[in-house]
Amino acid sequence: MAHPLARNVVVRQALSVGIATGAYGISFGALSVASGLTVAQTCALSLLMFTGGSQFALVGVIGAGGTGVAAAATAGLLGVRNGFYGLQMAPLLRARSWRRPLAAQLTIDESTAVGTAQKQSDLIRLGFWSTGLAVFILWNLTTLLGAALGDAMGDPRSYGMDAAAAAAFLGLIWPRLTALRPRMVALGAVVLAVALIPIAPAGVPVLAAVVVAVAGSWRAGESVVTDGEATS
Amino acid sequence: MSWTALLAASGICYLTKLVGYLAPHRWLEHPRIRRIAAMVTVALLSALVAVQTLGSGHQLVLDARVPALVVAAVLLWRKAPFIVVVAAAGAVAALLRMAT
Repeated sequence: MAHPLARNVVVRQALSVGIATGAYGISFGALSVASGLTVAQTCALSLLMFTGGSQFALVGVIGAGGTGVAAAATAGLLGVRNGFYGLQMAPLLRARSWRRPLAAQLTIDESTAVGTAQKQSDLIRLGFWSTGLAVFILWNLTTLLGAALGDAMGDPRSYGMDAAAAAAFLGLIWPRLTALRPRMVALGAVVLAVALIPIAPAGVPVLAAVVVAVAGSWRAGESVVTDGEATS
Repeated sequence: MSWTALLAASGICYLTKLVGYLAPHRWLEHPRIRRIAAMVTVALLSALVAVQTLGSGHQLVLDARVPALVVAAVLLWRKAPFIVVVAAAGAVAALLRMAT
């Protein structure tokens, strides 16, 4: 069992990530209704799809006059990275019975980032679950707010929430960039993403990082596996 | 948008999330798979930071997010607490946008 202070640090990380991300639920709710979805459909997306990138992409396609099939395909493409997160999270969480389908639904950028930033197995679980639940609750509440009120609360970007969210992810991967190999992989992923932004469909610039990671870690070398994984 | 398309899209996203949890533990526990899966997460999140900092649709944009992330990186390097890093980045971006 980790020290209570260490647990507090993880919960604070979870809450700050939840707030930075949750603020975007307002934007999503407002954009979704403006794109022609009903308030009920907008809220259903945040409950059932619950992966922000896919949700924004879906209402973006619908708002631009695209078909339901095109919207679903775009949302699906943006959601592929969650599948890769699941591959790492499943053996770390060891979720059983009803917790397993719930863990899957909560497997998103934020919960994975906070979970894998921890070094002990109980803190990994605490980080994943507390972040997943914090984001889920806040995201759904703010989606309803945004859908009902529109963007009357203002653009979260004017409060710097976009930079805060990016800084949170940077802070969460930071401790894992101590060795040379993950640093090179991270740099390669960044360069590839930047190169692909102007030309590739939404979601692909991030997803392309998988190729860099596999190429960079196929052969055994210094490990990015955390202590917690070795002891769990 | 039809409810059918909405539910189908949500189902696709959920099944994607579920794949890892349904894969046999024997595979996922394999040292090479664990090493690659851990590296994949680092790479995906690194690319996500790049897209969140520089992307705007299909355009690369240098705006208030860039100095905010530079401040965040310096604070991380100086071992500042996580919340300070997040709050400082948000404040820098908000203040720069207010000033311009």
